[in-house]
Amino acid sequence: MFLKTFLTAGTVVASIGTMAAADVSVMLPANPGGGWDGTGRQAFAAMNEAGIYTEGVNFTNTGGAGGTIGLAEFQNSQSDKPDALAVFGAITVGSIMLNSSPIDLSTYTPIARLTAEHLVIAVDAKSEIQTLQELVDAMKADPGAVPVGGGSAGGVDHIALALLAQSAGVPVADVNYIPQASGAETVTGIVNGTLKAGISGISEFQQFQDQGRIRILGLTAAERRPGLDVPTFKEAGYDVEIANWRGILGAPGMPAENAAEWIARFDQLNESEQWKKVLETQGWDAFYLSGPPFGEFIAAENTRIGTVLKDAGLVQ
Amino acid sequence: MESLEYLMHGFGVALQPMNLLWAFIGSALGTAIGVLPGIGPALTIALLLPVTVSIGPTSAFIMFAGVFYGAMYGGSTTSILINTPGEAGSMMTALEGNRMARRGRGAAALATAAIGSFVAGTLATFALTFVAPFVAELAFVFKPADYFALIVLAFCSVAVVMGNSRTRGLISLFLGLGMGVIGIDNMTGQPRLTFGQAELLNGVELTVVLVSLFAIGEILFVVSRYDPGKEAPLVVSGKWMTKQDFSRSWRPWLRGTAIGFPMGTLPGGGSEIPTMLSYTLERKLSKHPEEFGHGAIEGVAGPEAANNAAAAGVLVPLLTLGLPTSATAAVLLAAFQNYGLQPGPNLFTSNADLVWGLIASLYIGNIMLLVLNLPLIGMWVKLLSVPKPQLYAGILIFALIGIWGVSGSEFDLMVMVLVGVAGYVMRVYDFPIAPVLIGLILGPMAEYQLRTALTAAQGNPATLIETPISITFLTVAALVFIVPMLVKRLRQRG
Repeated sequence: MFLKTFLTAGTVVASIGTMAAADVSVMLPANPGGGWDGTGRQAFAAMNEAGIYTEGVNFTNTGGAGGTIGLAEFQNSQSDKPDALAVFGAITVGSIMLNSSPIDLSTYTPIARLTAEHLVIAVDAKSEIQTLQELVDAMKADPGAVPVGGGSAGGVDHIALALLAQSAGVPVADVNYIPQASGAETVTGIVNGTLKAGISGISEFQQFQDQGRIRILGLTAAERRPGLDVPTFKEAGYDVEIANWRGILGAPGMPAENAAEWIARFDQLNESEQWKKVLETQGWDAFYLSGPPFGEFIAAENTRIGTVLKDAGLVQ
Repeated sequence: MESLEYLMHGFGVALQPMNLLWAFIGSALGTAIGVLPGIGPALTIALLLPVTVSIGPTSAFIMFAGVFYGAMYGGSTTSILINTPGEAGSMMTALEGNRMARRGRGAAALATAAIGSFVAGTLATFALTFVAPFVAELAFVFKPADYFALIVLAFCSVAVVMGNSRTRGLISLFLGLGMGVIGIDNMTGQPRLTFGQAELLNGVELTVVLVSLFAIGEILFVVSRYDPGKEAPLVVSGKWMTKQDFSRSWRPWLRGTAIGFPMGTLPGGGSEIPTMLSYTLERKLSKHPEEFGHGAIEGVAGPEAANNAAAAGVLVPLLTLGLPTSATAAVLLAAFQNYGLQPGPNLFTSNADLVWGLIASLYIGNIMLLVLNLPLIGMWVKLLSVPKPQLYAGILIFALIGIWGVSGSEFDLMVMVLVGVAGYVMRVYDFPIAPVLIGLILGPMAEYQLRTALTAAQGNPATLIETPISITFLTVAALVFIVPMLVKRLRQRG
């Protein structure tokens, strides 16, 4: 009897909960405190401040495996819902292939690409390697003897190195890439000589160049970056451009009018002073693209990353 | 003594009433989350990040420091009282601490943990104040082969928690090593032993296994053998530490600090390895080795000090280099960046108020935590006089809520039930539990460092014994592990 009353009460509470959830629910497929978590929370905070969207926001953090765990949960619980969004990024694309995840990004509703961080490749400050060219030459001569560290296998860092090898004619499968547990370990690995070079986001490396511990050789952006006197990969003669971008997806099957509404809101956010302030304090670069063109961008990344992962022997 | 001058200035900042209040809030919050299994300081600080928009950086970091240190104090409480370590760093505390509590010496165990944490926290903060820049360089010295050797040494702690049967102990260890393999392989990105379950891609959550094996297994065991007629009320000695307790505790406190602090500063260090090493060391050095496994106070004093000293150590590379060496440090770094600050050598000069205020608040927070925690001991030990059915039902719910609160995942709850039942079976058949966790914690670390070392050296195993550090650790490991076995063999023959 007691149990039954308890269960009924539970159902009532649960249904009230669902009704109250007419607000937008946002999946943050990462642990609190990380980059994706920050992107989602800061974007909605800025939207609220700018008066673009002032209703409630329900955030869910489900971290792990490049966002594929969170997105799988999102897909199961939020498909066809009008107001369900998820943060994701470049890493997700490769992770889906690596983990044979059932997620198909093309079924999602592309809303907006918000920010990007470009990558840099660096060697020890005392290394005899002075330029990107010299590093690539060393890789050409003996790829195994040039261990390069970076983020998780199949992640953006790995893809960037593979693209560099590809454009220089070094067999991607021979590249000695060693995924490191954290950016801290990549930096210490470069300095103590375990790694010949390391690849990571600018924010993780720049201060260590300022401290005189490492030397940054190249940048994966289209143009040079103010405040960082480093040539791009393209200038050095390698046609590689890649960024660790982050964006927002709508649930698969999101009704068209809701999608249009959210795209309009993010367009407005992108123009707002509040968002510009967030980008400045966080050190994020704007990399805005919304709606169907963003969908085409995701598809292109999918193809490019898929090819590289196959060449690297990580995906069949 | 330039540092001393700055530190005095820092005390001026930290002793402002508002900042004292923030330190108190942080310490109390930290103690509370330390007591809750599952929720750690990293998650708490991450959740507090948005709140800090409205308070200044100095106050925010003073509060975070309180949370950070407080969690280390609180973590020991549940380990000792109800055999439920909430995080890996307090696992070794549970081994002896809970035995002490069951013998009615819970107050002494809690006191040695709290005072040990205070001593270690203060000494480590002292080291942070005066030798930080030198110690920080350690982070750049340690190579994967050195970490691997260090982990091999830590594996020796398995030998001392094996229990009566070596075979059972090894089976436990390999269970843990096996669980450690589950998830995405770091080197290749391929899933291992996940059986198509997306939830397993991230591996088995350590806290879930920790809480289930210790708490759930224990509860099931007690319940299955419960006889209400026979229950003898536990005689709880309200007495804190006796003179003898003190004389047996102070050396382990100091040794624990000496082990914990430098390892906390290493990117691959963490709090688990120092607590394991401290436990092993105390057991080897103890004049009462027979008491280990039945509630030896040294086994609480050492690991608790090591745990806290390691926590302080984490701040060294973070503040001096901007190098985050743990999850909590990474969240703190994010907090710095939220304020547009970049930790590193320049922070000490550009934001002297903040840095030295923070360091001063660490001293104050430590005193605050001791004052906060010592009186609580009397209240905590009363918990043990709650009749068993209510107490154990309470622990069960408490543990489930703790895990649910962190992940909100039904899958984790299912893992909890499974591992809990396994823990019960292990207890019934006298398999030791600690080796499972040692395997689960150290296995993945060892694999990662070994593979990094070998891959970087293109598969040449000689790289593992190329540095003086790795040779030293491996030699000590051989001495600790192999020599006693050889001696035993020789004696048997002779």
